[in-house]
Amino acid sequence: MNSLLPWCSLLLPLVSAIAITLFTHRSRALSSFISIGAVLGSFVCSCLIFTRHGISAREFNWIDFVGVFRVPFGFVLDNLSKTMLVLVSGVGSLIHIYSLGYMRDDEGKSRYFAALSLFMFAMLGIVLSNNFVMLFVFWELVGFTSYVLIGHWFERDAAADAAKKAFITTRIGDFGFMLGILMVWAATGSVVFAEIAPRLSTVTSHPAFLTTAALLIFCGAVGKSAQFPLHVWLPDAMEGPTPVSALIHAATMVAAGVYMLVRVGFIIQASQAALLVIAWIGTITAMLAALIATQQNDIKRILAYSTLSQLGYMVMAVGLASNEAAMFHLFTHAFFKALLFLAAGSVIVMLHHEQNIWKMGGLSRNLPITFLTFGAGALALIGCPPFSGFFSKDAILAVAYERNMPIFVVGLLTAFLTAFYVIRLFVVVFFGKARSEIARKSNESPAVMTGPLIALAFLATLGGFAFFARNFLVLPLEKNIALFVPALAIIALVLGSGLAITLYHNRKSERFDIELFRRLFYFNEFYSWLINWTQEFLARISAFCDRWIIDAGVVGGTSGGTWGIGALLRLVQGGNLQAYLFLFGLGIVTLIYFAVFH
Amino acid sequence: MVTLGDYLIVSGILFAIGFAGVMLRRNLIIILMSLELMLNAANLSLVAFSRFRVQPMGLPDYNVQVFVFFIITVAAAEVAVGLAIIVALYRARQTTDVNDIKSLRF
Amino acid sequence: MSAFFFWTFSLLMLVFGVAVVINRNPVASALSLVVSFLGLAGLFMSLDAYFIGIIQVLVYAGAVMVLFLFIIMLLDLRAEERRRVSWLPLFGGCAVALALLVQIFYVIRNLKSAHQTFPPLAKSTFDDVRNVGLLLFGNYNLPFQIIGVLVLVATIGVVLLSKRQPR
Repeated sequence: MNSLLPWCSLLLPLVSAIAITLFTHRSRALSSFISIGAVLGSFVCSCLIFTRHGISAREFNWIDFVGVFRVPFGFVLDNLSKTMLVLVSGVGSLIHIYSLGYMRDDEGKSRYFAALSLFMFAMLGIVLSNNFVMLFVFWELVGFTSYVLIGHWFERDAAADAAKKAFITTRIGDFGFMLGILMVWAATGSVVFAEIAPRLSTVTSHPAFLTTAALLIFCGAVGKSAQFPLHVWLPDAMEGPTPVSALIHAATMVAAGVYMLVRVGFIIQASQAALLVIAWIGTITAMLAALIATQQNDIKRILAYSTLSQLGYMVMAVGLASNEAAMFHLFTHAFFKALLFLAAGSVIVMLHHEQNIWKMGGLSRNLPITFLTFGAGALALIGCPPFSGFFSKDAILAVAYERNMPIFVVGLLTAFLTAFYVIRLFVVVFFGKARSEIARKSNESPAVMTGPLIALAFLATLGGFAFFARNFLVLPLEKNIALFVPALAIIALVLGSGLAITLYHNRKSERFDIELFRRLFYFNEFYSWLINWTQEFLARISAFCDRWIIDAGVVGGTSGGTWGIGALLRLVQGGNLQAYLFLFGLGIVTLIYFAVFH
Repeated sequence: MVTLGDYLIVSGILFAIGFAGVMLRRNLIIILMSLELMLNAANLSLVAFSRFRVQPMGLPDYNVQVFVFFIITVAAAEVAVGLAIIVALYRARQTTDVNDIKSLRF
Repeated sequence: MSAFFFWTFSLLMLVFGVAVVINRNPVASALSLVVSFLGLAGLFMSLDAYFIGIIQVLVYAGAVMVLFLFIIMLLDLRAEERRRVSWLPLFGGCAVALALLVQIFYVIRNLKSAHQTFPPLAKSTFDDVRNVGLLLFGNYNLPFQIIGVLVLVATIGVVLLSKRQPR
């Protein structure tokens, strides 16, 4: 039955964003309350949608060229999207409440909350849309709002540059995405997901076309979910406020890529080659990020690279044709990653915006709640049972073991590295002696910040259990090797943690210095060289065109040609009377000829 | 017998001679004289037609002859003025050669 | 009879017309032109246009050519020296004149009435002065007056143009 609930859920944040931008810009407190109210309202609607059955929403035709191109404005409300709705709005609400504390003294609070509301609107739009074009519109809107949010402190050059980098890099992915959408539309004549699925059989006989379309669509996910090679924007995006990092880069935006891949899974799974490429890209990303994270010293950067790594796992799962495992990991990852970011934010704020882990230490005594919740999140991240991360990561590794052994081995190694760098972070920040004055004098965060932390900690702990998760997702099936793979994973985990503890317990500074990892495998340098080279090249061509074709050719040619013709014609007017007469007579003879004799 | 066509052909030849004279001679006075030849050729053919078109009364068409009268008068006035210009030109440039008055060129 | 007159006078006219164009001496040219005019007047007479013929002699040969001769003497023009003839302009000019001539021939040949002789007249053509005069002062009075003004203007213009500039 048609209902207004999906519309409410989607549009409340939009209304809040508009209201804040237009009306309540001056009053920071009022703006924050409007925004929090809107997202809570959205969450309530999402829960209502989730609990009731058979809810559907009316579909409007936005663009309709009959028979050729139809873009409706409609919602898809199956279990997947309902779960994502609850997840996105729930985590979003917690982060809104947390922001109240984190951004308390910030000048641009109204702007921040307006952008946050707009982001929620766009993200919910992505979750709910039932066709490619609407998805793409919201996709771009998410990109834009994340630009605004990352560059919130835009007076700082680093933040402005990071926002630009994020936008441009995801834009490159979106270009591929758009090409993929066009290819699918060209093949099947429709952009609506439900209509494409049955028509896909027309394309399956052209494997190359299908693979290209699938891979181009995957480009969008590569950009948005920061896979290799477009991963360079995610770490720099840590220049934004920590709640932004939590919301965007842990729980929602980067997960949008994975969600999209699952949504159009029927297209991707039709091509084996595309699946293989996707799986390997996910694996490479996971491994790359884990290696880099072992050498980072900024708490948010380490968490950013861990996000990259976990996203790699999810994409790996999609590439192994197990959408269920991917969504399960996305689900649990949202909880524990948001928790980790918010806890890190709590640490940062209490240490007066100090982010270098080698200036922290011994915080387990000063910030107990943060310590406990961070610990829960960290254990979930490394996949320690009984935390939620264990179940989801294990599901992915099991699928890999079954279907692609090399990927399984790399995945296992990455799990080892994950344990290593996470425990390294945990040990250095919370144990041992305080390494600086600020660390020694820090206190626990206010309740408005620790409240969401506790809530998320519960979810991170319990979220993996079947009895909880089963209500939300289709869980991946357990197989006969149910014990072998988890055992290997636990061994990797223990080895990694042990190594980290022995190496970093009570150290004053970083022990190793592996430049390759520390310099992020020189990706940024490579990209800037590439852009520089391309620009040089294009500039040279443009200069050539401008100088020789336009200036000399067209302009010079026109003027020179006119001058030349003028010089020629000038010879007619010689001032010689008899020459004029001669021409005159010639003209008359010709005229008479044509008048009389023709 | 002489036909109308004969007179017209003679007039045409005279016209051509006059035209050639205007184009080929350099002396301005000779050019003016050739111009007069052309005018007279036109007069001749007009009078020939006047004689040819006999009115009901048995008289030639005198309207044409009035026209010829006007042409002669106007030609006379034109020659007078033209010669005055040539005199003024001669006083300024000391030449009557048409190739020496080419300053109105590009 | 009239054929004889026609051929004589037209030959006279044409030969001396050519002489006008070819002569190097301007006085010789002017005098050739006088004879040509006389030939033309003869042709007019042979066409029974007596008034026009007399006017031709009186005005053209009598006044206009005298004026020409006066001017030639005033400017003291000598005969042109022989000089090298440039063939191209000569050829071009003759070609155009010849082309015009050919076209005129062709047109006249196709004219229906060109092959007809002149119709006979009633006897009373000796008063053509009177007849022309009647038309001139009757139907064409206004143009006649205007012609008078024109001649006046020409006179004034000539006087102005030939005044010596005061130094």
